[in-house]
Amino acid sequence: MPQLRIVVLVKQVPDTANVTGEAMKEDGTINRAALPAVFNPEDLNALEEALKLKDRHDARVTVMTMGPPAAVQVLRDSLYRGADEVILLTDRAFAGADTLATSYALSLAVRKLGGADLVLCGRQAIDGDTAQVGPQTAEKLGYPQITCVSRIDELSAPADGEAGSGAITATRSIEGGFETLTSPLPCLLTVTGEANDPRPASVKMVMTYKGIAAEAMPEYDDSYLNPESDDAEVCMLGRDGKPVCRAKVVQWDHEALVADREALGLRGSPTRVKEIESVVLAQSEARMVTPDEAGIAELVHELIEEHILG
Amino acid sequence: MVETSGGAPVKRNDVWVVVEQHDGVAAEVSLELLGRARELADQLGVQVGAVLIGAGSALKDIATALVARGADTVFFVAHSDLAHYLAQPYTQVVAGLIREHEPQIVLYGATTTGRDLAPRVASALRTGLTADCTDLRIGDHSLKGEEYKDLLYQIRPAFGGNIIATIISPLHRPQMATVREGVMVMPEEDRRRDGRIIAVPVTRTPEPIKVREGVALSDADFVVKLIKRVQEEKRVDLKGARIVVSGGVGVGSRDGFALVEELARTVGGVVGASRAAVDAGWIAHDHQVGQTGTTVRPKLYIACGISGSVQHRAGMDQSARILAINDDPLAPIFSVAHYGVVGDLHKVIPLLIQAYKTKGAGGAAAPAPAAADGGAS
Repeated sequence: MPQLRIVVLVKQVPDTANVTGEAMKEDGTINRAALPAVFNPEDLNALEEALKLKDRHDARVTVMTMGPPAAVQVLRDSLYRGADEVILLTDRAFAGADTLATSYALSLAVRKLGGADLVLCGRQAIDGDTAQVGPQTAEKLGYPQITCVSRIDELSAPADGEAGSGAITATRSIEGGFETLTSPLPCLLTVTGEANDPRPASVKMVMTYKGIAAEAMPEYDDSYLNPESDDAEVCMLGRDGKPVCRAKVVQWDHEALVADREALGLRGSPTRVKEIESVVLAQSEARMVTPDEAGIAELVHELIEEHILG
Repeated sequence: MVETSGGAPVKRNDVWVVVEQHDGVAAEVSLELLGRARELADQLGVQVGAVLIGAGSALKDIATALVARGADTVFFVAHSDLAHYLAQPYTQVVAGLIREHEPQIVLYGATTTGRDLAPRVASALRTGLTADCTDLRIGDHSLKGEEYKDLLYQIRPAFGGNIIATIISPLHRPQMATVREGVMVMPEEDRRRDGRIIAVPVTRTPEPIKVREGVALSDADFVVKLIKRVQEEKRVDLKGARIVVSGGVGVGSRDGFALVEELARTVGGVVGASRAAVDAGWIAHDHQVGQTGTTVRPKLYIACGISGSVQHRAGMDQSARILAINDDPLAPIFSVAHYGVVGDLHKVIPLLIQAYKTKGAGGAAAPAPAAADGGAS
């Protein structure tokens, strides 16, 4: 077993940041179905922090997502970048979950893995922007938290076989400044986009894992990740020269998590959406300027004349 | 008259504000929230409570100020170990007080502190929480034939600002929300207001113990240590800027921002940014314009490669003039712009810089006269 166990919580989200003309309906509202599903940007930053730690430590990076079966794509994307183990939480019982019910399911799944030394996730997801699932999952696990992390300053891995040893120091962004905190492991961190530039997918990994499907594995058994084991399929050598075993996409439902149905999905969600109002955009009244030298020069001239520029 | 402790027991069902303070100064958003809490409480016929946690002599002054801004009761939690915000002990204190006094509504500022604390408290209490609200109202709701009266409508933009959602928490108490700074009106200070300050005893022991009164904190709540806290004066003066030149996703990269900066320098403006550009790590958060950043009202706002989400527009649509540059003719930013340029900003911005340097020079129709002969025409 590796010395450091890192779990990264990720989410597949509609790409709300790039609403193009095509996603706009005639009445000026957004056609959500027309938005492509993407890896939540700050979750990629969280994964990158995990992979950076793995570059320096004997670590296993486990990526976990809760979502519809199609969310398997973010797990494939994680494997392409170097995750060791991936887990898909999918079940109708999880549907309609707000942040509280989501954090309940995620915390059970982390427990099923036997806990972690470090849980990382993006600060917030671009579809809801709540930034709540991280702290709520930390609370449910009884882990300390450091949110809005823009830098991991130092990590001392837990000593072999010594539970509760190890520590992490991280810097979080606050209004107009920063805070540096240190926490014992285990700890949960939420990571911001400032932290890093995520590495691209490795072509070799894409070849290895392209189209890999999820398989239900209600019992947690990671022996296929141990090169010594009979179940293992060694597919390459890692950068440290050690054999890397082929991952599986492990799928768990609410029974695998031994979850309380009443605390899952819509039933376990205190909040309800009462009403949704689409933001209707008024017809454009802007004066359009041609994007050439003459058009721009005329515009600048006019703004100077009106003392707007000057 | 501010009275310390004593008096009638605290009523249940009140409206609370969890006050944020740093180094003896209350966060503005907390004071703003007291104004809305007062309105909600008056509508519901209940009282306003404020939870104040910290240490030091200035804390008393904050407590008095909270009463002057609308609090009926201040829960005053002072201990040297609580001088700085830390998620775990503050969660213990707030969750403990909520369990004891059962308010129906608890509000927090949607700051990095409030958004660290509120979800942890919500999880501990297993209650609902809505992030980043821009409005709060009282209203009714019917669900499966049941009528729910006087619920808190928690109103916020979602889905990248493309929708406005009204969230309710019909069956769970308290109803909790974080609220964005600057959206609620700061209440006037009235030093003659009546209120009382209740000192909450803090029992601090190495091992966890149960106490009959107040809050108990143990070493397990203090495993995270604050090593350093640096808060600089805001270097970026977006609020006072006459001209703001902002960049968004269309700028494309960290390097691309150099072009936006050059335009700002040329026209004497301040650099702004959309949230997407900040989230991408291209520019520091201080530059962010919009609901989650700074609200600006310059004479001229130049939006470069910004699509114009509701959140962004809310922070700049009061600008005297807006010039939008975007390669997507359907970008929402054009709906608030006075001037629109559909094109590649990497080509348009250099044209703007060039045109400005020659001071528009009378536009293309009348090229600048050559000055070589030195005389007036």
